Amino acid sequence: MTPLLEVRGIDKSFGPVQVLHDVAFSAHAGEVTALVGDNGAGKSTLVKCVGGIYPIDSGEIVFDGRPVQVHGPRDAGELGIEIVYQDLALCDNLDIVQNMFLGRERRRGLVLDEASMEELAEQTLSGLSVRTVKSIRQQVSSLSGGQRQTVAIAKAVLWNSKVVILDEPTAALGVAQTAQVLELVRRLADKGLAVVLISHNMNDVFAVSDQIAALYLGRMAAQVRTADVTHAQVVELITSGRSGDLGIVP
Amino acid sequence: MNKVKELPGEAIVTAAQTPSIGHSVRAYAERVRGGDMGALPAVLGLVVLCSVFAVARPSFLSPINFANLFTQGAAITVIAMGLVFVLLLGEIDLSAGFASGVCAAVLAVTLTSFGLPWYVCVLAAIVTGVVIGVVLGTLVAKVGIPSFVVTLAAFLAFQGLVLVLVDEGKNISIRNEVIVAVAGRNLPPWLGWALYAACVAIYAAVQLVRARRRAGRGLVADPLSLIAVRVGSLAVIAGLAVYVLNLERSRNPLLTSLTGVPIVVPVILALLVLWTFVLRRTAFGRHIYAVGGNAEAARRAGIAVDRIKVSAFVICSAMAAVGGIIAASRASSVDPNTGGSSVLLYAVGAAVIGGTSLFGGKGRVVDAILGGAVVAVIENGMALMGYGSSVKYLVTGSVLLLAAGVDALARKRAASAGLR
Repeated sequence: MTPLLEVRGIDKSFGPVQVLHDVAFSAHAGEVTALVGDNGAGKSTLVKCVGGIYPIDSGEIVFDGRPVQVHGPRDAGELGIEIVYQDLALCDNLDIVQNMFLGRERRRGLVLDEASMEELAEQTLSGLSVRTVKSIRQQVSSLSGGQRQTVAIAKAVLWNSKVVILDEPTAALGVAQTAQVLELVRRLADKGLAVVLISHNMNDVFAVSDQIAALYLGRMAAQVRTADVTHAQVVELITSGRSGDLGIVP
Repeated sequence: MNKVKELPGEAIVTAAQTPSIGHSVRAYAERVRGGDMGALPAVLGLVVLCSVFAVARPSFLSPINFANLFTQGAAITVIAMGLVFVLLLGEIDLSAGFASGVCAAVLAVTLTSFGLPWYVCVLAAIVTGVVIGVVLGTLVAKVGIPSFVVTLAAFLAFQGLVLVLVDEGKNISIRNEVIVAVAGRNLPPWLGWALYAACVAIYAAVQLVRARRRAGRGLVADPLSLIAVRVGSLAVIAGLAVYVLNLERSRNPLLTSLTGVPIVVPVILALLVLWTFVLRRTAFGRHIYAVGGNAEAARRAGIAVDRIKVSAFVICSAMAAVGGIIAASRASSVDPNTGGSSVLLYAVGAAVIGGTSLFGGKGRVVDAILGGAVVAVIENGMALMGYGSSVKYLVTGSVLLLAAGVDALARKRAASAGLR
């Protein structure tokens, strides 16, 4: 099966510092691919290259079997790639519906079409089996951390996206809320989306992912099926770039 | 992976349910307790101030004084309406007062020195406001100078510009009938009532149609009882105001009759409807709130943050121009002090007292009107009580500080309530 999103030979430098060396990575539809690595390994940079925030120096991005150019967040959005950033990017002073449609409001003529936006937001949230919000006309400032993360993810799903990239979605959450968000992540993949989950937490990674890709100092150490590796092996890949016959050949 | 139990007390409200009026009242009480007080402090303040002045000086309630309140507060209110847009972004425009002075001077010069027709002069004044807004907005958004500094510099520069325009301190009097009528003439009583009836009917129709449409699509709609309360209170309050304004208020009715709603009132109402529509019903308005709430989130959502900022400054300065025209109309003249002294601080005060946050992201155009009413009542009542400028400045300063304090505390409270 061809992966939905594949990057090959990505190089990226910031001035004299090369952050990504010849990185290859793939994400399949219907699967959760965990992207792991230590601080500074290049996880966020890789994601931002895919999302069009940073231009890549060399390499190619293949989407659904054909090579594509991503020059900005709009390009990524048009392909169906949505990124949920660590700092959520929600406006506290707007309600859930307003946030989900921010920058892409539906309108009839000059006027905002609130009713159809509300309906669509409602459908998306119930499609994800989200039942934890009191009203979708609630201001985001009144939501808990888990609920905010849910809204951010639902916002990404709203646009018929095919690839959803989540940057540390559970980093700031408590135990119950983490479980809630992970369940949502799994549901996204079960709905046929390709989900990329960036995480530091091995428990989370093993709980939901189908594949694990480990970055080590800007190089892809290995991309393996979760079922084939142990906790300890992944930790080794993250910290030293290799584990047994897996990883970067010294 | 482990299953999550549904948290108690967080059941979703099914869409087709129409909340009762009690539900709406409780939701409002909850919002107020959570720190989102909206217009409540301004309304309470208005009631308290009016009662105090009415008891101390019964003439405060006389029809002539009531009509004076509108013309006194009009210019400041209009400038404050424009300031709301800049404040919504979390920026400030300290030059709005003198910008109104510059625009009024442009109006006066084009009227008297060039003898152009009044509509050309009004257009020239407003275009001047737009140009000022573009310059200020570009300096803030594109160059990145803090708005406080840009507009403080403009505050000084415009003061000089007014002096240049009115020829180093001359007083240009305005004799054009139409311009003077804006703040100096009244509508005939029948037209006041007709306008009143039209406003109430349109408001009721808009509310009903929206509720019907939402209910028809199975969405949560306002209950009829709530709409009735809203329309009813508007009808009563506005009706009372029109009635009082239509009473004879001339000292000598045999010589000249003085009745009717001042023409500035429908002007302000039209501006209120226009800008409220822009803020609440258009994508542009939504983006203003978004930039004020979280500029980074707005940028990532593909909103052109710079363009939104520049347009907010343009709206602010253009409204300052309208305010300047009203001030010139009321004084029938323009001098170097037009838009000077306390105009700017009263306007900022009006917006903040009305409930617009200085931190951005929260505020409505109607806030400016409520706050403008508070400022006008203080100014007017203090003068009636015979206090001098010293006390007036002290009291207005304290009220502004109080309003900003309420804003800051409400924000703190909202933050703690939001984290639950």
